[in-house]
This record gives sequence, C-alpha cells and structure tokens, in this order.
Amino acid sequence: MSTLPQASTFAGRVDGMFYALLALSGVVVLGVFVAMIWFAVKYRHGTAANRKGNSHRDMGLELAWTLIPLLMFVGIFAWSVKLWIELRTPPADASTVYVVARQWMWKVQHPDGRREINTLHVPVGQPIRLVMISEDVIHSFYVPAFRIKQDVLPGRYTDQWFTATQPGTYDLFCAEFCGTDHSRMGGSVVVMNMADYQRWLRGESHDGLAAQGAALFRRFGCSGCHDPAAGVHAPDLDGLYGSTVPLADGTQVRADDRYIHDSIVLPLSQVAAGYPPVMPSYQGRIGEDDILALTAYIKSRGATQETPHAGQ
Amino acid sequence: MPGNEQAPNYLQVGTTLRSWLTTHDHKKIGILYALAITFFFFLGGAAAALIRLELATPAGDLMTAKTYNKMFTFHGVVMVWFFLIPSIPATLGNFLLPLMIGARDVAFPRLNLLSWYLYIGGGLFTVACLLMGGVDTGWTFYTPFSTMFSNSHVILAVVGVFIVGFSSILTGLNFIVTVHTMRTRGMTWFRLPLFVWSMYGVSLVMMLATPVLAMTLVLIAVERLGGVGIFDPALGGDPVLFQHFFWFYSHPAVYIMILPAMGVVSEVITASVRRRIFGYRFMVYSILGIAVVGFTVWGHHMFVAGQSMYASIVFSILSFIIAVPSAIKVFNWTATLYKGDITFRAPMIYALGFVGLFMVGGLTGLFLAATALDVNLTDTYFVVAHFHYIMVGGAVMAYLGGVHFWWPKITGRMYPESWARFAAIVMFFGFNLTFFPQFLLGAEGMPRRYHEYPAKYELLNVLSSAGASLLALAYLLPLGYLLWSLARGGKAPDNPWDARGLEWETSSPPPPGNFLVQPEVEGGPYAYEEP
Repeated sequence: MSTLPQASTFAGRVDGMFYALLALSGVVVLGVFVAMIWFAVKYRHGTAANRKGNSHRDMGLELAWTLIPLLMFVGIFAWSVKLWIELRTPPADASTVYVVARQWMWKVQHPDGRREINTLHVPVGQPIRLVMISEDVIHSFYVPAFRIKQDVLPGRYTDQWFTATQPGTYDLFCAEFCGTDHSRMGGSVVVMNMADYQRWLRGESHDGLAAQGAALFRRFGCSGCHDPAAGVHAPDLDGLYGSTVPLADGTQVRADDRYIHDSIVLPLSQVAAGYPPVMPSYQGRIGEDDILALTAYIKSRGATQETPHAGQ
Repeated sequence: MPGNEQAPNYLQVGTTLRSWLTTHDHKKIGILYALAITFFFFLGGAAAALIRLELATPAGDLMTAKTYNKMFTFHGVVMVWFFLIPSIPATLGNFLLPLMIGARDVAFPRLNLLSWYLYIGGGLFTVACLLMGGVDTGWTFYTPFSTMFSNSHVILAVVGVFIVGFSSILTGLNFIVTVHTMRTRGMTWFRLPLFVWSMYGVSLVMMLATPVLAMTLVLIAVERLGGVGIFDPALGGDPVLFQHFFWFYSHPAVYIMILPAMGVVSEVITASVRRRIFGYRFMVYSILGIAVVGFTVWGHHMFVAGQSMYASIVFSILSFIIAVPSAIKVFNWTATLYKGDITFRAPMIYALGFVGLFMVGGLTGLFLAATALDVNLTDTYFVVAHFHYIMVGGAVMAYLGGVHFWWPKITGRMYPESWARFAAIVMFFGFNLTFFPQFLLGAEGMPRRYHEYPAKYELLNVLSSAGASLLALAYLLPLGYLLWSLARGGKAPDNPWDARGLEWETSSPPPPGNFLVQPEVEGGPYAYEEP
C-alpha cells in the first residue's frame, strides 16, 4: 500500500491494522524459518550433534502453540470487528448519492438531480453514503484510495459510506467479474474542497431528483391510477414513505426504498390490503435510475417519520 | 523378502490397453488418474501461461477481452476440478491407501474404476466446452451472469464439473469404507500413518460437500435452460443465495486440496528426518478439526457480497479459529526436525518448500478473515496470491514431493536425484517470483480478472510474468527426467529411503495383490528410532 493514497477517514486505520498484522506475520514466519534453518543445519545427516533425549510429544508445547495463536487471533478479530462495524454503519448526517451499475458503466445520481457517468464528485469532509443497485449482473464498487468496496446487486439495494479527506482524483474499479468489459468498467472519484464542490454543483442547471421523478410519474402513466384525482382505486402515495403498509396477506411492511422498488418491478409480491392486484410490472420498462427518481418523488410527497418497529 | 524376485509385479500383469482400461487394481487406477491429471495440469498450465503473457503489458494486446475471460475461467475450472481436487487423493491416495493399511485393494475396486471413468467423462465435456468456444463466467459461475447473461458454453462446463463431482464422491466413499473395514491385523486407528488420516478426513469432506455443488450446478442449468427464477432477481430469485451454495462446497474444497498435501508432507518429513512425527495425536485431531470446522467458514468469501454485517462477524471468527489447527501442524513439523538426522533429498526439499509457502498462504488468510481488511483486499490480486500460495505453493509442491518420494515404489525406478533437487529449487524460486508480486498488486488495489490494467501496475505484473516462465520451466523438468527414468533410471530397491510404513515392506513395484504375506502391525507409525 506504499503508493496507494490514503484519501478517506478509513484508509489510515485500515492500513494501520494491515501493517500490524503484517508485522505479526513477519515475526511468526521469521521464528519458524529460523527454527527450521537452525535445526536443518545442526541436525543434518553426518553432524555430531547430540540427538539423545528427544521426545515425540509435549503437552505443554502443544497447548502453548494452540492457545497462544488462538488468543492472538481473537485479539485481531476484535480489532477488526470494531472497525468493520464502523465501515458498515453510515452516520446519520451522511448525504446519500445513488449509484446504478450496468454492463459496463457506473451511473451516479446526486440528490439535487445532477447525474454523472463513470465519475463521482464528492466534497472533502462530508460523509457520503452510496446507495447502489445493478440493472443486470453483480458488480462491485471499489475505491482503493478509500479502502472501501461493496458488491452492487441486481434487484436489491446495498450501501457503503466514506468520508473523503484529500482532494484529488482516485481510481474507481469494478471488482466483481461482470462480463466481457469488466476491466474497463472503471472511472474516477473526484474529491473537491467544499468551495470547488459548490462551484461544481452550480455549474449546470437541472431539476432536483424529486422533480425528475414527478415528470417520470406522469410519463410512465403512474399518475393515471395513483393521482388523487384519478378515478381508479389505487393506493394514495401522499405520506406513504416510511409508513407501515398493511398487506393483503395480513402482514405489514415498512414503505422504504426497497418496498417502493419492489412494488414497481414486482407489484404482485406485496399487494397493499384493500386494493385489487391489478398493477402491471414495470420490470425492464423503467430503469433503476428512474426508479430512484420516482422513489425520491414519492418521498417528496410526504414522508412519515416513524421509528421502525422491532422485528420488522 | 526372498521369493519376491520371481513374483510378477503389478505392471507385469495385464499389459494390454484393454486390461488397463478394465483393471480393478487400485495401483493401476492410480496410474490412470496420474496420466489424466498430468494432461489436465499442463492444459490448465497452458491457459495460465497465456494469461501471464497477456498481463505482461497493461494493454489487452494479445487476445480479446472475451478470450481472456475464457482463459482464466478454463484455467480455474481445469486446475480446481481436474487437477487439484483429484491430484493427491486419486493418484497417490489410490495407490498408497491400501498399501499403507495392509489391504489387498480398496473396498470397492469396481467403483474405483467407475470413478476414473466419471472423471474422464467430466473431462471430455470440459475439453468439448473449450473446443466449442469456451465459457467466460469465471470458475465460480456467479449468478445471474452465468444463468442469464453469459452467451458462452455454460451448460457444457457445468455438466463437466457435475460429472467429475461424482468421481470425487465415489472416491471419498471408497476410501472411508476402506479405512474402516480393511485395516490389517494390528493396524489400529492411532497407528495409522498421517497420510491415511488425511485421506480419511478428505474423504469425509468430499462425501458431504460435493453433493451441494452438484445440486447448485443443477440449479444453474434449471435457471439457464428453463428460465425458472432461482438466482436471477428479474425472475424473483436471489443471486446471493447462489454464492452461499457455491462456497458451502468450494470452501471445504480448499481443504480437499490441502489436507492430502499435509498428509504427504508428514510422511516425507519423518522419513527424511528419521524421527517419529512430533505430536502425532495433535496432528490427527487437527486434520479432523480442519475437516469439520471447514464446513462453517464459507461466508468469509462474501463479506462485501451483501451478506448481513452480523453474519460476516460470525464467519470471521470461525475463519480465525480454523487457522489454529493449521498453525499446530506447522509447529509440529518444525519440532519434528529437532534432534533429527536430516537428509535433503528432493522430496524433503519439496516438503520444506511446502511448509514455508503454506505458512505464507495461511498467514495471508488471516488478513482476509479480518472483515475490515477483507473489504479492501477481496477480489484483488491479494486474494489471487493468497490462494495460489495455498494451492500451488502448498498442494502442488506436496503432490510433486509425494510423486518423487513414492516414485521408486510406483515405477520400480530411481529418478536422477540432482535433476530432481534442481527442479524443486527452481520451482520454489519461480513460484515466489510469480506470486509474491501479486500480494503487492493486491495491496495496491489491482482487481482480479482484469484483461487490461492501469500502467502503474506494470512493473509488478512483468515480474510476475517473468516468474511464471521460470515456474513453467520448473514444471517441465520433472516431466522430462521422470519419463527418462522409466526407461533409463536405476532399478529401485524395495525401500530406497529406509522408510517405515507397510508400503515399503512389499516389493517395488508391488505384486498385484500388494503383499505376498499378509503384514501385521505391532506399533505406531514412524518407528525410525527403533532398531
């Protein structure tokens, strides 16, 4: 990792652990090699070394080299788990950026509606949470300089987060084999200081993600049923996001990103109670990036702040 | 033993092609396997050579991306299922297991021959798959790429692996029954050589894990051919489910490759040091421990795959725990050298090389077991280097060490010792030059399975490719001098290394029924210090 930049808050800590484990491994390798070479030289055939009194078992030794490694391993494990839980737990003030992967490109959507291809611009010092989904096969969003990586799955959101610390341009790789041009499915993450980032944001006028979603809501005909003015008996979307939805099969589900996503592509899997199962599937007709915009739109129509119930 | 001179050995009985192809003799079946896996080793090696040649420059200038993807897939499929998994068990294991326990043959000789034909059947599908244009999914067949997106010959490859899986299930079954029922008088469980214990442990893993692979491959075919949603979310399936199924087999498969290697090394080291193995019982328990705990660590392949954070924590601690028995073995081999009377013939050079490389492979496994480090390192060249240290530095070194150690017994001929030592040493250096730079590449962030790569990774890739050419040379050397020895090598005595173990008490090569007089066992293995 000598030449790899440390450009996130994780990088230094991951490297610290890496080097500690490297040092420990070095000590073990050195110890065993020295012993092996020492014995190999001293007891090679033809030397006059004392070979008497050797035993073939020693419970003390066996227990020592069973328990000492075990304790060391538990220690490394505990260290690693502490860091791991942080890596997997985005802070509450993280701003969300959406990533849609497909063979063989990365599409990025910022909450303000700005879109990028194969590039992600982020400001220094701001925790960023990436919410990611794939339109085809499994990909993996890997930024070595940040020491982060997370597979991007079709049909399901996964996430990861980071806080960049150093302005600069860093490699973005796809790390999960995804077909012919896997090795070209890359790009860069551009880390800017806040002033430059604000300037970059203003550089181009565009609608917010929710406004884009509102346009799509009409274009795909969603409003034909789900608009309050429509004469069709369909669930009202005002205040839907975050609320608890009773389902036709008697269970309940929280209306989160995943629920809204699945209701669009697999509408018959979780039918809201009291409504006929008549919504057609939009799988293959609405791309994942548009689903994210629609979700943002639904969210903008009022979100219920509800603490998730245990067990849901 | 007087009288042996007149008795025909197994190579002199039934010399026609037809009698070889219908033989029930475990020794001949071992040789049939050895011929077949040698063919596949060099086939898979040729694919590796092309991969390293392509990666000698950052641009993808030797072959297209699609061809490159097919090359590393073919390399992986062939090396894992057609070389590494059968390597030691099906060749040395088949030949030696009955000899080591004083039996005439394995428990089910016909089933043993069927295993070989299944292997060949699976091999034919795999070669056909290559000739018809190959498969580009990676040896891991990850869904939904393999089921719905790849337009290469996935089904042919999957059928090949499915069939060869049954070959290893049957070999495992055969060995388990053989060890349980066919030990000669006095051969109690704790008098078994560690090689036999390792065959027993590996057979358990083959029997219990391989059916899960077979089932998973069937599900791939069902989804791909029938469009039934199992793994593809567009059809209502779950792609991560596939990874759970796949690694539930494929992690234990790593132990299928390394446990036999540990067995071979224990035999070679004791004979070269002229000492009993240090901590025999701990060595046995660690074999069984690895075989059992090996079933509980598969999720460490999936820390960034979308598995729950808590599941990853559990798989992480289990992965650390399974490193303990491996550490025990390394320490016990080292302690065996203490106060020994050590000679350094070729098998011993391979065995010591194994211990060193296996240790590096094992320790770098700890980096990958640590979830927070694995996030950065997984799917990079660090992983590629790690598993090649285990599988090539470990399993292949031990296999070749074993081939040399038992060559006189198997063929009745001595190989040229200085050539053999030279090859082992070149192999050790060639291996490290090939794979050590890959640790650095991974630590620098180079992802695996890349046809093209950024120029900053060029130097380390050039070093790795240079090492690969040295390694290729080192693998060709034994092919040359071992074949030479068949015709021109000196006649081997029954026990050229003055080694202990029942296989050395019969003639070289052994007679068809292994022993002219049924052997009896009166003490533990490795009685080197007793007169």
